[in-house]
Amino acid sequence: MLSAESLKKIDREIAKYPPDQKQSAVMAALIVAQDEKGWLATETMDEVAQYLGMAPVAVYEVASFYNMYNLAPTGKFKLTVCTCLPCGLQGSLDAADHLKSRLGIDFNETTGDGRFTLKEGECMGACSMAPVLLVNNKKMHDYMSNEKLDTLIDELSKR
Amino acid sequence: MSELNLEIDGRPVAVAHGATVMDAAVKLGIYVPHFCYHKKLSIAANCRMCLVEVEKAPKPLPACATPATEGMKVHTSSLTAKTAQQGVMEFLLINHPLDCPICDQGGECQLQDLAVGYGKSASRYEEEKRVVGAKDIGPLVAAEEMSRCIQCTRCVRFGQEVAGVMELGMIQRGEHAEIVAFVGRSVDSELSGNMIDLCPVGALTSKPFRFVARTWELARRKSVSPHDGLGSNLVVQVKQNRVVRVLPLENEAVNECWLSDKDRFSYEALASGERLTRPLLKQGGEWREAEWQEALECVAAGLKKAGPEVGILASPHSTLEELHLAGRLARGIGGCADFRLRHSDFSGDGRRAGIPWLGMPVADLDRLDRVLVVGSFLRKDHPLLAQRLRQAAKRGCQVSVLHSADDDWLMPIAHKRIVAPAEMLAALRAVGEGPIEESLRSGKNVAVLLGNYAQQHPQAAQLHAAAQALGHRVGFLGEAANSVGGYLAGLPAGGNAAAALGKKALLLLNAEAELDCADPQAAIRGIRQAEFVVALAAFRPASYFADVLLPIAPFTETSGAFVSTEGRVQSFHAAVRPAGDSRPAWKVLRVLGNLLGVSGFDYETTEQVREECLRGKDVAALLSNRIDLDAISASAAAPSGLQRIADVPIYFADSIVRRAPSLQRTRDAQPPRAWMNANVLRTIGAAPGHPVVVKQGDGEARLVAALDDRLPEGCVRVAAAHASTAALGPMFGELTVAAVAVGKAA
Repeated sequence: MLSAESLKKIDREIAKYPPDQKQSAVMAALIVAQDEKGWLATETMDEVAQYLGMAPVAVYEVASFYNMYNLAPTGKFKLTVCTCLPCGLQGSLDAADHLKSRLGIDFNETTGDGRFTLKEGECMGACSMAPVLLVNNKKMHDYMSNEKLDTLIDELSKR
Repeated sequence: MSELNLEIDGRPVAVAHGATVMDAAVKLGIYVPHFCYHKKLSIAANCRMCLVEVEKAPKPLPACATPATEGMKVHTSSLTAKTAQQGVMEFLLINHPLDCPICDQGGECQLQDLAVGYGKSASRYEEEKRVVGAKDIGPLVAAEEMSRCIQCTRCVRFGQEVAGVMELGMIQRGEHAEIVAFVGRSVDSELSGNMIDLCPVGALTSKPFRFVARTWELARRKSVSPHDGLGSNLVVQVKQNRVVRVLPLENEAVNECWLSDKDRFSYEALASGERLTRPLLKQGGEWREAEWQEALECVAAGLKKAGPEVGILASPHSTLEELHLAGRLARGIGGCADFRLRHSDFSGDGRRAGIPWLGMPVADLDRLDRVLVVGSFLRKDHPLLAQRLRQAAKRGCQVSVLHSADDDWLMPIAHKRIVAPAEMLAALRAVGEGPIEESLRSGKNVAVLLGNYAQQHPQAAQLHAAAQALGHRVGFLGEAANSVGGYLAGLPAGGNAAAALGKKALLLLNAEAELDCADPQAAIRGIRQAEFVVALAAFRPASYFADVLLPIAPFTETSGAFVSTEGRVQSFHAAVRPAGDSRPAWKVLRVLGNLLGVSGFDYETTEQVREECLRGKDVAALLSNRIDLDAISASAAAPSGLQRIADVPIYFADSIVRRAPSLQRTRDAQPPRAWMNANVLRTIGAAPGHPVVVKQGDGEARLVAALDDRLPEGCVRVAAAHASTAALGPMFGELTVAAVAVGKAA
């Protein structure tokens, strides 16, 4: 069950659209739900569907379309590396390889201590600052050289 | 409004504003290849197969999504169009498996057909093809080979737009896109089979038909559905004298291009091991097989002995001819015959101005703008009529409901009144002052429709009169295939269904007394006290009450006619030969007529019977929903105990669907439970999921309690027509429910 606070946030999103088009708020509602729960379980999507008066499968369609929604639990920090073409040409694949060897995991895997999950991301609109990486969907890091990556990992490991 | 003039492939055509290039091409009879476009669904334009060249447009445009404009010049098979179509086909085939030899769709596959016209003989694609996992979405629709899917989303749109519930969706994106039901759910819509027809490839196929036959081996015969009052038009497909599949025959005025799952999958029962194939006689308490001659003579002797004391109970799913002969037989020997087995109020007989019917053509349901549905489990009783009202609701029709249960009809409901069965009449009379009447009064095209529940209600005639008193057009949603036909055939003759049960000899035509009658206990009492009982049945009965069992042919094995709820007489021929020694029931009745010395029983064909039945009758003029009845006081003694709300579950409504194995595995065929609201549950001290004993009259049923807070106070919903509740009494009445202590239940 989503908390009253989350539902209040979702209500605020719903209010942005005409009353008979509540489902327009589905993306925002899923973000709110994910922020609270960490990931989108079937029951969570069901609840969002019911709250917005949509078919559950329609919510699932949206949640599975965008890869910033987590359909499975992640580690404490989800690192999403952009591997689209411009980033790829400027070394994001090397950055990803560095992360893989440093963390000992592949894409879509989580470290044994449950701290890091590595994900492949789509274009984040910051191609000129490649390689770029997102932490937990919210904080972007750019020009990620191996040194900067190590610093980031060290810092996150302490948190 | 003026029309738009455009030119397609050099031929001029005029279409209305808002029409698409595809509409214009269809009007000219020009075929534009397509997959995702379907005339009954919204436009998706995601398969891109219908790309055509439009002069002055820089790129080819999808015909299905391009609005026609004045002076437009379209080429559907120019070099540009062809190249575009061939390019799309190449892309579609990239990930499509080359498994046509083992694909059920082979031979009727749009992709296969169009690949011949637009595809290359070999693929340039050498990389790995994508693989999509199999899904289990229920017992009717097979989604085992989802790699075949080309993402046209017809099935998804069908769910959203026609069935009213989105049960399938397309998840992920790009190369990973796939059609799924929500995590672990099945497709439970009562219209789900239409997705099989809609799927242009072999991704969604029929589970019961899986690997049974190739389509080109099948003979196609036209037929008519024997189930609900709509009379859906069928194509019955036959291989080696066996019905192996049923598809819709398109008829815009009746079923459009759809079929309910009941109509589509009930054929499985026809070849089931439960068919009665030999006449059976009971001698000294033992059953033995007999020859027809002996059996018929035995029946004739038994009926003769009873003299005029013969009651005929005919199923309303019987053909017009069977009902006509049953009526003639009853009149000839002075007995009585009726087909309204689930009705309990016959006080309207002789008060009606004509045959109760829908009150309008079926196709007019879409055009209603205000409607009140009284006493109907609409979706389950009339899946396709519900679909029509759903389309009307989408166009702004305000649908209001007066009923005893509040099931989800999957359409917007303007106003609803949910009352206990005993309060139905008072509530209907009170509609005149409420918001429902305000809604009705604001419409131009208004109807009050009485459903099965209202027709089976013990105050059915008063409900009819009360509906009429509202001053709007009244319509009846026909309960069974021949609910109108039965009256047309001259039934009831000599007495009603309740009276027939008191006779010395009983003839059951296609009826299973304990499941098809309004009051199973009364039916069984009637049978027990009768000296002689003969049952004409297509299937071995659940309980062998009869003295003689005569095997008769179901609708696929006999010719005949059904008169739909809109008064449409639809005749059909036999699709296959009768199974074993079974005979068409009209022939059995004819011979019985002869043996009993009733004059004029010399028919050679069903056409002769039908001709006699309909001679000099103008069917349209005989239909009328006027009733002349004095209103009685609505408040009969208020019931003190719990009231029963009985629905007839969709897959138990008649003897054929009861025995269709795949339908019996669906969610709708789960055993009935004792549904009640939280208050009633608390009163009897049970929790949802706990066993309870339901007692009515001198019988009881052991059911599981279930919670439905939308049910009115003081009511328990216990389905009829099911073996587990057949020991109970009438569909309407009082019952008691007691919780069974869980520990002692065993």
